[in-house]
Amino acid sequence: MRLLFLLLWRNNFTLLFVVLQSFCIYLVVQNNKFQHASVLNATNAGVTKVMEGVSYVKEYVHLRDNNQLLATENAALRNTLNSSMYVSDTVKVDVNDSIGKQQYTYVTAKVINNSVSMRNNYLTLNKGSLDGIHPEMGVICGSGVVGIVQQVSDHYCTVMSLLHTKSRVSAMIRRNGFFGSLTWNGDDPREAVLSEIDKTVPVQKGDTIVTTEYSAVFPAGVMIGVVKEAKLNPGSNFHAITIGLSTKFDNLSYVYIIENLLKNEQRNLEATTVQSNEQ
Amino acid sequence: MIIEILYIVLRFVLLMAIQVLVLNNVQLGGIINPFLYVMFLLTLPIQLPKLLLLAIAFVTGLTVDVFQNTMGMHAAACLLMAYLRPGWLKMIAPRDGYETDASPGIRKFGLRWFIVYCSVMLLIHHILLFNIEMFRFSEFFNTLTRAILSSLVTLVLIVISQYLTSKPTDRNLS
Repeated sequence: MRLLFLLLWRNNFTLLFVVLQSFCIYLVVQNNKFQHASVLNATNAGVTKVMEGVSYVKEYVHLRDNNQLLATENAALRNTLNSSMYVSDTVKVDVNDSIGKQQYTYVTAKVINNSVSMRNNYLTLNKGSLDGIHPEMGVICGSGVVGIVQQVSDHYCTVMSLLHTKSRVSAMIRRNGFFGSLTWNGDDPREAVLSEIDKTVPVQKGDTIVTTEYSAVFPAGVMIGVVKEAKLNPGSNFHAITIGLSTKFDNLSYVYIIENLLKNEQRNLEATTVQSNEQ
Repeated sequence: MIIEILYIVLRFVLLMAIQVLVLNNVQLGGIINPFLYVMFLLTLPIQLPKLLLLAIAFVTGLTVDVFQNTMGMHAAACLLMAYLRPGWLKMIAPRDGYETDASPGIRKFGLRWFIVYCSVMLLIHHILLFNIEMFRFSEFFNTLTRAILSSLVTLVLIVISQYLTSKPTDRNLS
């Protein structure tokens, strides 16, 4: 026994290394298992204060790009105004507003922390539960989809970026409406992969990919990106489609958080349908 | 002695600030992340007690982790580097050994020695860091390229900042 202690004491350097290293591994593994724990870290007050300062400076750096983005977006919105539509005075059919009830509301938020180089990327936004934000709300920016809200504290929320190995977004080809699911392969922040599109569906380079309404997170038709490459692997029933994302994740500074007012209704109905059929 | 400790603390704060405020926001080509803060560990005094070295490395790594939101990853990489540092220093020691109060520096030991010393340490740190981050071996070579490229950029940054900060008279004094 004394010998054992002597041995340990003589190798105290290695011993401390092993102890500390195993503690690190424990931290890492725990974080990989429960992403929440790590994400909550980013919402802690002291760290976010510093991050806010950084984003304050970054905002100025990207001012020119953002102005341009806002201008194009304004133009696009102006195009949808009633005043810019040609109204025929014989027949007037208003398809979108037939219910007369608002389904989506938008809240602007500032990105105060962001990453693109990791395998699992998160954003932190400066809106929280006090602003009516809750988990599973969609986040978009002027040029496309950004991600889905994951954790919310009083003044901040964290967003699972589209650039996350576990993110899945329902997406369709705008030209013909066939849908699949969009994932990120973990390498290039400018590319994503669209899977589950049947091989009989015609897909061309340059096709626009937009969101669908199926998940009740995003409104239909929000831009995701453009088909960069569509391959047919032998033996597979599905296309392998690479998409160039339209969102520039590395200079995001303002985004919109989307609330779907009818989400619970849709989810509940779907859940009860499944239940009643299983019984 | 007190002054020296103050210098080390000051260097820690300064390098952390640069790392957290500036370099964490830099992504060259989407895959290269420079980690200049490692320089703090590389330039600690050579005769520093080994246990203290480990403790400092752990705290340094953890500080970066808190801001990068990568609990434990940087700490693990720093620890391994600090663990191997005394051995590596012994292997590449000059023929007449080190002076008692020397710290590794470019002016004192020359560019060639410094690059040999830093590149191995940086490679150890970066390779472990990037592999922990990926957490899978199937893309080992992809990760390896990223690690090597990032270490190169970090090495260049370290050499530049060494030339900028250390006094040119150091070598004559020794």
